[in-house]
Amino acid sequence: MTVIELDHATIGIGGRDVLADASFSIQAGEFIGVLGPNGAGKTTLMRAILGLLAPRAGSVRVFGKTPECGDPAIGYLPQVRTVLPDLRLCGLDFIASSVRGERWGPPRVSRADRAMIDDTLALVGARELAGRPLSAMSGGERQRLLLAQALIGEPKLLLLDEPLISLDARHQEVAIDVVRKACRARGITVLFSAHELNQLLGTLDRVLYLGNGQAVLGTVDEVITAPVLSRLYGADIEVVRTHGHIFVMSRGREIEHGAHQHGHDHGHGHHH
Amino acid sequence: MARISTATITVTGIITDMFQYEFMTNAFAAAGIAAVVSGLVGFFLVMRGQTFAGHALSHIGFAGATGASLIGLAPLWGLVGFTLAAGITMGALSERISNRDVAIGIVLALALGFGLLFLHYYTSFATQATALLFGNVLAVDHGMIGTLAALALVTLAGLAAIMRPLIFASLQPELAEAKGVPLRFVSTAFLAIVALAVSECAQIVGVLLVFTLMVGPPAAAQRIAGGLWSGLALAAGLALAEAWLGLTAAFYTDWPVSFCIAVLSAAGYFAALAVSRR
Repeated sequence: MTVIELDHATIGIGGRDVLADASFSIQAGEFIGVLGPNGAGKTTLMRAILGLLAPRAGSVRVFGKTPECGDPAIGYLPQVRTVLPDLRLCGLDFIASSVRGERWGPPRVSRADRAMIDDTLALVGARELAGRPLSAMSGGERQRLLLAQALIGEPKLLLLDEPLISLDARHQEVAIDVVRKACRARGITVLFSAHELNQLLGTLDRVLYLGNGQAVLGTVDEVITAPVLSRLYGADIEVVRTHGHIFVMSRGREIEHGAHQHGHDHGHGHHH
Repeated sequence: MARISTATITVTGIITDMFQYEFMTNAFAAAGIAAVVSGLVGFFLVMRGQTFAGHALSHIGFAGATGASLIGLAPLWGLVGFTLAAGITMGALSERISNRDVAIGIVLALALGFGLLFLHYYTSFATQATALLFGNVLAVDHGMIGTLAALALVTLAGLAAIMRPLIFASLQPELAEAKGVPLRFVSTAFLAIVALAVSECAQIVGVLLVFTLMVGPPAAAQRIAGGLWSGLALAAGLALAEAWLGLTAAFYTDWPVSFCIAVLSAAGYFAALAVSRR
């Protein structure tokens, strides 16, 4: 079954076309690594899939229809996360605010909602965060909380926009592992955007590489090649493979390093 | 034993002393209503980081109140009309303008200027300015209490209606938008609710001191309480306690009520800060 299908879609924000005439389709249960330089349109693509942005030309179809905001079958972890540093609100109440948070009236958390939140927190190994105030959490802990939140409500499609930012090496592994397991067990389709390909190599089914207004979907061997990436970056790209790692180089320097704004990432690329 | 009963008599004495005056009973009722509304609405104002917008609304209300006096209307309705219009405009222009300090600051100063101009032509009551700026809760009558109660009901009903998406949109706007929360509508409706709460609050402590009830108690509550409902309850409870204690202190010291409330509000906030730092 096709979950996401772009047919000659042109998607833009402001006066700029971020993706031009892109066509590809993603099948149910696939784990897709979404890669590409900053500004290549990873977030924009996800917003189009969420129904927040209509294509200027062509079509975007999700579950066979034009996407609409608020589809409960889509779990989403936005890249821009508003941080409220002074709030002592506990993790449980924070997550609970998103459960059917679009409905009118005063908030209500049923016992079933609570159990669902507890189970999901346990799944990502973040149960102790339920009672902890947001103001006392590290960036990585908040991130795990948000990852749990995206999994709540049994979504069929997960859009994770840079979920590894601000996680340390160990928790990056945990996050990837959690998403992989949830994805396999429940047959969830995952779009996982990241800056670092190597961590995802053992997990992803296919790569969606964005750049230069184009999108290329395929296996790692099909996409991570010098000709394809040179086209996407608009520069001469070399691809070096050693010991199960892949390095994308431009003029002898690894391209992703230094190009992005990770808060910190110690074990970056050293493990797999 | 003896000491306890003496203390009891003294407390009862204070209460009977104060409440033998009708203006004190009225002041307690009015301050109570406004404090609870301010604490509850202010909780979300602080959570959204829009306290400055709330402050600006009260200044715009000053122009409204003096303008209403000038044309012979009750100041309260000028206050309500102007703050509501301003709140809705702020929300409708953009969900972000309410966070733009410079734009808000300039509009705020302009509104105060207009308020001054209206006062200039409304020379018959010089005390009017002080009452509007710093509050005059001891002059509240029965009719005003009824009006405040009705406004409070409308305000709280509105708040209850949008509360769920409001919390969602305040904590995680990006996700809320994706889940179908109409961000701009929620933000506009909330600023309209803030406008009503500001009007209520200004009747008690004046337009310059709405922070004492709308920001002090909720900010203190958010430093202490870890839950949503406990935070809301604490914000309303603190606002009520500060308003009533302020009135009591003013009764015995003959200091201005708004001054006493301002001192309690600041003390409450800094105490909460100290407690949460520990």
